[in-house]
Amino acid sequence: MQRDEIPPGTLYLLILKSLARSGEMHGYEIADSIQRVSNDVLQVEEGSLYPALQRMLIKGWVIAKWGTTAGNRRARYYQLTAAGRKQLAVEMSQFERVIGAITRVIEAV
Amino acid sequence: MNWLRELARRLNMLLHRRQFDADLEEEMRLHLDLRQQQQIDRGAAPDDARAAARRKFGNVGSLREISHTAWGWEWLEQTAQDIRYAARMLRKSPGFAFVAVATMALGIGATTAIFSLVDATLLHPLPYPHPEQLVRIEDDLPGAGATDAGISIPEFHDLQRSGIFQYVVLEIFGSANLTGTSQPSRMQYAGVTPAYFAMLGVKPELGQTFDPKDQTPGFTLDVVISDGLWKRAFGSDPHVVGRSLRGDNDLYRVIGVMPPGFHDPGRTTDERNTEQWAALGFSDDPAQSPLRSARFPLETVARLKPGLTIAAAQSQLDALVAALQEQFPDAYPAGSKWTVRLVPLKENLVGNVRQSLILLLGAVALVLVIGCVNVANLLLARASARSREMAVRQAMGAARKRLVRQLLTESLLLSLMGGVAGLVIVFCLKGLLLRLIPESLPRLNNLSINWNVMLIALAASIAAGIIFGLAPAMHAGRLDLANTLHTEGRGSKGSAEQTRTRRALVVTEFALSLVLMVAAGLLLRSFWDLYNAPLGFNPQRVMSVQLWLPSPNDPKTDAYGRAAQEAVFARELLRRSRLLPRVQEAALGAEPSIPLHHERNRSALTVEGRQIQDTQIPLVERSQVTPEYFHLLAIPLLRGRLFNNADNETAPQVAVINQAMAETYWPGEDPLGKRVKLGEGRPGVGQRPTKNWITIVGVIPDARTESLANANVPQIYLSLYQETPKELAIFLRGDLNASAMPERVRAMVQSIDPELPVYGAQTLNGAVTASMEQRRFSMDIVAAFAVTALLLAALGIYGVISYIVSERTRDIGIRLALGAQRATIMGMVLRQGLGLAAAGAALGLAGSVIVSHLMAGLLYGVSPTDLITFAGVTLVLAAVALAACYLPARRAMRVDPIVALRYD
Repeated sequence: MQRDEIPPGTLYLLILKSLARSGEMHGYEIADSIQRVSNDVLQVEEGSLYPALQRMLIKGWVIAKWGTTAGNRRARYYQLTAAGRKQLAVEMSQFERVIGAITRVIEAV
Repeated sequence: MNWLRELARRLNMLLHRRQFDADLEEEMRLHLDLRQQQQIDRGAAPDDARAAARRKFGNVGSLREISHTAWGWEWLEQTAQDIRYAARMLRKSPGFAFVAVATMALGIGATTAIFSLVDATLLHPLPYPHPEQLVRIEDDLPGAGATDAGISIPEFHDLQRSGIFQYVVLEIFGSANLTGTSQPSRMQYAGVTPAYFAMLGVKPELGQTFDPKDQTPGFTLDVVISDGLWKRAFGSDPHVVGRSLRGDNDLYRVIGVMPPGFHDPGRTTDERNTEQWAALGFSDDPAQSPLRSARFPLETVARLKPGLTIAAAQSQLDALVAALQEQFPDAYPAGSKWTVRLVPLKENLVGNVRQSLILLLGAVALVLVIGCVNVANLLLARASARSREMAVRQAMGAARKRLVRQLLTESLLLSLMGGVAGLVIVFCLKGLLLRLIPESLPRLNNLSINWNVMLIALAASIAAGIIFGLAPAMHAGRLDLANTLHTEGRGSKGSAEQTRTRRALVVTEFALSLVLMVAAGLLLRSFWDLYNAPLGFNPQRVMSVQLWLPSPNDPKTDAYGRAAQEAVFARELLRRSRLLPRVQEAALGAEPSIPLHHERNRSALTVEGRQIQDTQIPLVERSQVTPEYFHLLAIPLLRGRLFNNADNETAPQVAVINQAMAETYWPGEDPLGKRVKLGEGRPGVGQRPTKNWITIVGVIPDARTESLANANVPQIYLSLYQETPKELAIFLRGDLNASAMPERVRAMVQSIDPELPVYGAQTLNGAVTASMEQRRFSMDIVAAFAVTALLLAALGIYGVISYIVSERTRDIGIRLALGAQRATIMGMVLRQGLGLAAAGAALGLAGSVIVSHLMAGLLYGVSPTDLITFAGVTLVLAAVALAACYLPARRAMRVDPIVALRYD
């Protein structure tokens, strides 16, 4: 199975979207979710989630709180904030604009 | 507000850094564990599963670091780390730390102390709001040779109406006898127009001041008093407002008390010590018929309209003067060339001392730089010992930038510690330092370690830390790793470049010390010349005591209103003075006859049969003395005769002049028998223009009674019985008890009139010393700095030569083994040291020539390029350098070749 690196700059978008879909998740679940939903096509270097999450915490897009996993282990759960939702919309429209442009370029005859 | 919340989040992270790191680690561990479990569930062996999980995750350490630094605090953490490390390094070498911190503490402490003096006297001399708006207005009549000729009342009203000023104030100073308190005493007063306090912008501590719009004619009997007088005469009575005091027998009512620290911005110490302010109206006496041409010897002080520069105000004023000259051609004859000048008010406080203070500041800055150079040298020596450490750290991957930062942190820590220690020293020694400052140094502000001063101390510390830290840090940044790590195994060796830098630093030190020593030497020579200049009078065993005869506004209460009354008093005073214990001789004189007294009394001179030239009104110093004065001060007679008791109130008026006056006004002629008249003297009493011609009967040689630096001041003495002054001085010669005498004289004077204050007792020797005080102050301080600088330079050269010797021990050993003479080795080392000193001296001499010309105004009787000073100082420097190099040279001579060769 072919696995692709995620396009640069889209990691925030992926995290934001995953959180928007599932409410709250811890780091492992976010990585898993991205992989699963993309049918294992999108490959995240899993560790790089964490610096990205820290930057999102600084920006105030997500908040974190500690909870317990199904296996009864302590885990940090991330949740979108209002600012995060707004940012998701921004990132989405930006992404669509870029993808649309690229599509037009490669489909032009 | 987003950035604010973001900042709050960042700060929160900073405060909980440990927790943050632990959380991050736990979160990542969970991730790895879950991934590993997933792999195991899919059938992988535990070890493989772990490896796979790690592969998928990436570099845990670096990811953790990236997450951590995302919060933007790494610079702070690094700095904290650097400081901790630097503190550890300093603790490990306490000797080095002590020497470096002590050097910096001395340098920064001295700089701070001198700067606080400069701050209070030069930079912020006026303790009033918006001091830049305050100006003194001076009228000049260059055509008539008069500067600051006083102002007429119509001109004062013109200035008030001109629209240039917020307030214009006239001021006149005097002193009066304060009675009605426990002991009669003398009090400085000022008569001011009512806007005075509004102009200065200072509110009273108690009661009120004058209404600026008050138009009461003449003197009012309401006065505002100083904090000092309030404490002295009223025992700090909180209900003083409404109480009264007697000044020269007149009754005044206190309406307000000024806060402590409020001073008049006067020109002299006496004026600045004004204790009582009375309001002048000037619509009546003493200005009954305000003529334009009637100039009064008043001070004019004003506050400019806000936003007006002095230059702009001056050009508006020039236009006003031109218009007035056109309007009143009779009052302003074209020949007198009337002009009005605006002078910043701070100028007369600052003008005289600016050069001395700048010299002191320059000197202390040099000492600080020399201190920095010394510490830089120490740091370089340490740096070569630590080059292995630096090389290892670089080899382990520390960035050069980071190492340079680490070293600069170390040197900044040193200099800040020095700065704090210096400030503490200055704080503790503040009382002592204040006592060193001469009384005569004009200052209205109290010296204080204020924010300004603290800021300068901080800036000096940081600058010093960077200056002396830079050289070693640069060296560390350019370390040759392979070589250092290779050679460092055996002994330590600095690079050639480092040695070059250290030599250059020593040369700088010597050059700067030489400059300071030349400055100190020139000041010392000036002082010495002045000290040894023949005085022309004998101050030994002489005391002078002052008293003041009241001159009340009400003539009925004036006991000394007529000259005859005064002469009777003077004779009685003299008779009783002679009877005091141990007094051999006694004389009386006017206050200006006290040698080296700062009050001067210049009067215009008219010579019989000679037209006054338009260009210059001759001025002479005028005082009155009894016949005994000249013998008591051992001033001999050159020609004619001195006064005798027949020169009394009924005889024709006579005068004795000094040689300077004879040569100025009768060059090549015999002044004896010539007749003169004198114009009004210093505002005060008994100095009226003389009515009759005065015959010159004697000539005395010049004496330095007016100023130590200048013997050639034209002086005229009148017989005290023929013109009796209100300000009297009693001169006593004998083996007097200086501490008991003032009380005896007081009792004696008050046995004649119990209302008279007695003050100003001094020995003339003391007066001579006091008049050299300011000069002595600068000289002492510059000399102290020069000695400090020389010691630091000696330490510097000692350090470098010792270092060179220890570095070349092996080399010297080989030479000795090959048969070199020990004396040759010693000579070689000494030559190296002297070479450095010579290079420093050459540079320093060039610098000294520049500096000594800049300070020419502070010198007396010695040329700025005085050969003896320059040569002497260079010799001292060479001797010190030789002594400092001798110890390491002797060590070099005693190197044991066997030990030296085995050692390396």
